[in-house]
Amino acid sequence: MTAAPIAPRKAGTRELSLQQQRQRAAFWFLAPMLFALICVAAWPLLRTIWFSFTDTTLSNLYGGKWIGLDNYLSMRTLSSGKVIYRGTLVDPAWWNAVWNTVRFAITSVLIETVLGLIVALVLNAEFKGRGLVRAAILIPWAIPTIVSAKMWAWMLNDQFGIINDILLSVGLIDQKIAWTASTDTAMYAVLMVDIWKTTPFMALLILAGLQMVPRDIYEAAKLDGINPVKVFFKVTLPLIRPALMVAVIFRMLDALRVFDLVYVLTPNSAATKTMSVISRENMIDFDKFAYGAAQSTLLFAILAVFVSLYIWLGRVDLSGDSKQ
Amino acid sequence: MTTQKLLKTTAFYALVVVIVVFSVFPFYYAIVTSFSTGTELFKVNYFPRSFDWSNYTRVLGQRNFAQSILNSVFIATTTVVFALFLAVTASYALARVRFRGRGLLLMTILAVSMFPQIAVLAGLFELIRFIGIFNTPWAMILSYTIFTLPFTVWVLTTFMRDLPVEIEEAAIVDGATPWIVITRVFLPLLWPALVTTGLLAFIGAWNEFLFALTFTSSETTRTVPVAIGLLSGASQQEIPWGPIMAASVIVTVPLVILVLIFQRKIVAGLTAGGVKG
Repeated sequence: MTAAPIAPRKAGTRELSLQQQRQRAAFWFLAPMLFALICVAAWPLLRTIWFSFTDTTLSNLYGGKWIGLDNYLSMRTLSSGKVIYRGTLVDPAWWNAVWNTVRFAITSVLIETVLGLIVALVLNAEFKGRGLVRAAILIPWAIPTIVSAKMWAWMLNDQFGIINDILLSVGLIDQKIAWTASTDTAMYAVLMVDIWKTTPFMALLILAGLQMVPRDIYEAAKLDGINPVKVFFKVTLPLIRPALMVAVIFRMLDALRVFDLVYVLTPNSAATKTMSVISRENMIDFDKFAYGAAQSTLLFAILAVFVSLYIWLGRVDLSGDSKQ
Repeated sequence: MTTQKLLKTTAFYALVVVIVVFSVFPFYYAIVTSFSTGTELFKVNYFPRSFDWSNYTRVLGQRNFAQSILNSVFIATTTVVFALFLAVTASYALARVRFRGRGLLLMTILAVSMFPQIAVLAGLFELIRFIGIFNTPWAMILSYTIFTLPFTVWVLTTFMRDLPVEIEEAAIVDGATPWIVITRVFLPLLWPALVTTGLLAFIGAWNEFLFALTFTSSETTRTVPVAIGLLSGASQQEIPWGPIMAASVIVTVPLVILVLIFQRKIVAGLTAGGVKG
């Protein structure tokens, strides 16, 4: 295009063509990204759901036959008149995994929110060395989950671990605990590592919300002599509620799909096996590809329902579009 | 009054110390362990007793571990470049051009970033087998797009929406096409956001485990997390803790340094997603 002088009379038509030109360009700019997302997200998801209705095995990906809902639930009446139910929905291992996942997600997110709030309040205060503290809490976040799992597995080691050593010398326990191996404590071990690793993330998200609370509110409350605890519950908490809600949903989704930490820290422990772990195990290790696909489809459905309910009931604004 | 204030300050700083110790101690202890060998390893030492590099030489001496580091660097870098390239143009369209269904598209992209990875595992496994990239770095580069791309698009869109309209209008009046606007006008202004999102996407790709575990089958194609996760001795009793800790320190130190250098930008990038008040 040349920079010809624009006649005022023509401005309208030119505007329109410019807008059209921009929309056409926008389409071509979006197309590669959309294509990539369809390839790696939409298509594989649909295929997973499809597999869950077949009897596909890992060794024969294309030989699966349509078997309807049999992977989820099937009913067969024996000649003796006895009715047998089969499928994921009556599989105690699956329900154990669901229970483990839900227990893990609720406990970890609850504790992380409380601890994150405390850390965020500390970081929101002005004191010497604040930058140092913020740097320190970023370290657990930066360490790969697998590495944290290994580091903690060593610290929680029953014979040579430092945690048992500390607890013994303080007198909290009187004999060494096999944290990751024992079914009673395996879940505590997983929770410990997860809380250590993700509280910083929570704290940073809450801190961002806290920093948007105007400082003069605190000044005014102080002048009026209002108890700081009351200020926190009556003023601060309602003001940071949107940030808190978003942080909780992100963490909750992460916790409900947890895989790597459990897989590495407590391998093959029924006390911690989550939905993701059991699905992959069936899919890849046990050659029950379609059965695992059915379980991962269920996990997806559970998450989708949960997110919709949360956004709907909590009136969470995720769009960040409020400006326009 | 003053004693009460002193007490409060002390309690506050005690809390600060607890937070710092709790955050840093496991990493510190991994470093201490990585320098001990032999019987020293099986005594609980709160402070380093020896500086023995043999765990490090043993880990780096294994050909496969060095190969895993190279794999991880290649995969994470390519994933980031790929995601940023697709995200810059897409987020320009999402942030700057009005069209029908834009809000819906943005929500869909956010929804994809919340996908549980396990839900696409079966389908991706088939796709990767079908294209014939199973057990190659490309399997990871393709699959990591599912979490790096939505995230980069989302953050860059929020960032680009905040840039002033005037500079773009000036460029358009001068006859610039949208492509010129992106490459000549926006890109120079975007680089801080690109560094942040690129770094976060890099960390995500570097740390990923589920896909890397499922889509590789030989030791030479493993990424670092898989190599560390599967590093084991002859039996349960002979887990090589010294080398594992050395390997952990090797792959974590560069990340920690990067994070500490860019901490301000990272905090800004992490919170740019949903939390806008």
